Amino acid sequence: MEAIAENTAKVDNMIDTKKDVQNNSPESADLSNLETVGIPFSDNAKMSMRDVDVFYGDKQAIHGVGLDIGQNEVLAMIGPSGCGKSTFLRCLNRMNDTIDICKVTGSLQLEGQDIYDPKLDVVPLRARVGMVFQKPNPFPKSIYDNVAYGPRIHGLVSRRAELDEIVETSLQRAGLWNEVKDRLHAPGTGLSGGQQQRLCIARTIAVSPEVILMDEPCSALDPIATAKIEELIAELSENFTIAIVTHSMQQAARVSNRTAYFHLGKLVEVNETEKVFTNPDHSLTEAYITGRFG
Amino acid sequence: MASAPENQKTIELVNQNLAKRYRAEKRFRAYGIASIGFGLLCLLFLFTDIIGKGHTAFLTTYVKLNVELSTDALDIYDVNDPQQIAGADYQGVLKKALRERFPEVTGRRDKRALYGIVSSGAGFEIRTLIEQQPELLNTTLDLWVLADDDYDTYYKSRSSDEGAYTGRFNEKQISWIETLIADGAVEKRLNTTFFNAGDSREPEQAGIRGAIMGSLFTLLVTLALSFPIGVASAVYLEEYAKKNKFTDFIEVNINNLAAVPSIIFGLLGLAIFINFFEMPRSIPLVGGFVLTLMTLPTIIISSRAAIKAVPPSIREAAMGIGASKMQVILHHVLPLAMPGMLTGAIIGMAQALGETAPLLMIGMVAFIVDVPGSISDPSTVLPVQIFLWSDSPERAFVEKTSAAIMVLLGFLIIMNTLAVWLRKRLERRW
Repeated sequence: MEAIAENTAKVDNMIDTKKDVQNNSPESADLSNLETVGIPFSDNAKMSMRDVDVFYGDKQAIHGVGLDIGQNEVLAMIGPSGCGKSTFLRCLNRMNDTIDICKVTGSLQLEGQDIYDPKLDVVPLRARVGMVFQKPNPFPKSIYDNVAYGPRIHGLVSRRAELDEIVETSLQRAGLWNEVKDRLHAPGTGLSGGQQQRLCIARTIAVSPEVILMDEPCSALDPIATAKIEELIAELSENFTIAIVTHSMQQAARVSNRTAYFHLGKLVEVNETEKVFTNPDHSLTEAYITGRFG
Repeated sequence: MASAPENQKTIELVNQNLAKRYRAEKRFRAYGIASIGFGLLCLLFLFTDIIGKGHTAFLTTYVKLNVELSTDALDIYDVNDPQQIAGADYQGVLKKALRERFPEVTGRRDKRALYGIVSSGAGFEIRTLIEQQPELLNTTLDLWVLADDDYDTYYKSRSSDEGAYTGRFNEKQISWIETLIADGAVEKRLNTTFFNAGDSREPEQAGIRGAIMGSLFTLLVTLALSFPIGVASAVYLEEYAKKNKFTDFIEVNINNLAAVPSIIFGLLGLAIFINFFEMPRSIPLVGGFVLTLMTLPTIIISSRAAIKAVPPSIREAAMGIGASKMQVILHHVLPLAMPGMLTGAIIGMAQALGETAPLLMIGMVAFIVDVPGSISDPSTVLPVQIFLWSDSPERAFVEKTSAAIMVLLGFLIIMNTLAVWLRKRLERRW
């Protein structure tokens, strides 16, 4: 009860200062004491992050983010450009390791296991937490080899027939099988943008990850291809836990169960998607979803 | 309404300046065309000069003589006895044939001059003939034998605008050759010696095979060492090395090494490989080591550029499904960077093929007659052969020098074409 009261008080407080928010640029608003509102944590967490700070050299990109991603949940992360949502996503399978100056602190756990444990091998981690990127990036190889690459390097199969099966089921689950089954050995780069992105999704699910991270997977696609990917995300959520970063609020509203709003490296609000888009708890979220900035 | 005249004015101003702008544009293009034209002109001049001087070397003069291959004259009684075959006096039967062809020549000095019509190596041709067709023994037949270089030069220059080059010839020598020409007993044939023989003091017997083989062995050693070392260094520096002062220092040094005069590498090779490790002089192995040192910076720099050009999205894709660093490099980065690295390597090899100075320092400038058969046989290389011939006093070496340059240029053109072809072939689009 106290917490609710506190939240209400905060919201009231924000409503009082709404005029300021409207008149001044929200970026200039004082965020130093901002605390996440809503329901960032989950009882059935697949991944749980606490007090995550990310630094690029001297610059801090993420400030004390605490967030859970629930089992088989689709979590959308939205926010204006440069708010750190992609940075945060890339921490979840340690893709930021490749950037020398990037430093991550705090606790990031996958089923209770610390993923930033120096003893942990990133190779199996990335097999468990797969990633789909902003721009479709198929390998300059055949469609078959693109999908088969993951199972091959992880040694998941011993026989050709098994590999064929994995390739087929992965392409089917990515909704691409009927379009490419006659030309599996044609180059993957010859497909259309939307097909390439579904190929990348097939490639990711071919290693049966537990979590799929999607970094603006539709930003380079046309509306029809986008619709297909969104449909696919809904289907995939039956088997996978999905965290998706998106610039499109409509997309977040369509595909996700919960939505997290990031602002200037801070997690402002996490709530049921419906609530975020109809009745957000935080005035900054409201300002963003109503298009006052972004 | 007030703005209308003003707009008019802006357009007028723009139009006024337009002509000037077009002229500047045209001038700018003309500078480029002029530069390319100048370059092409130089190239044309070079090619015309070299081909003009060198094309004659691909033909050589032969003289027809009526030779009696008698057992007594040759001293061969058993064709199966290698000693007799080896010791036979082949040159003698040629001399006899010449004496019979010009019976009026009597003086000892004149006779010596007469014998000079045929090459001192012509006897070997007869030996080969006897070895291949022993049944010709004790027959008399018309044989075409290699002429001496002075007569070769004379015959080739006879029809030129400047007139025949007589050089050291006296009247008699000219009359002999003219007699032979009038008889139709002189003709130009394809110069197989040039491609099949090693170096010689006699221009008509000198060939570039030794130099070609030497270059080949040297380049093989260079390629076998510099490509793997260069690619491995580039991969480490690009993919693994942390960015710090030390790697910056290495980078600056590699760039510096690429600009170090090649003779320094020759001195280094002399000091290390020959003086310290006491390796033999003049061998392609040491030449290859020296050229490896010289080519490495080129290969490392081009390989690093090629690796850098691999799109990061491909690396991310591979890492995103859990490929290890090595798998990312071996499966994705290297195949995509390969055209660039190969181009760099071939350009480095072409550079090494044309390199002379460092090889002078390690003794590959020696006069070597035998065609080398391995990387440890003394040999010379094409550019050094060109250097040696251009220094020789015999006039016939002028055309040989130009011909050797043509061969070298031919190899360079082939290698550079190969580089372009490989790039086109292996390049994948993404």
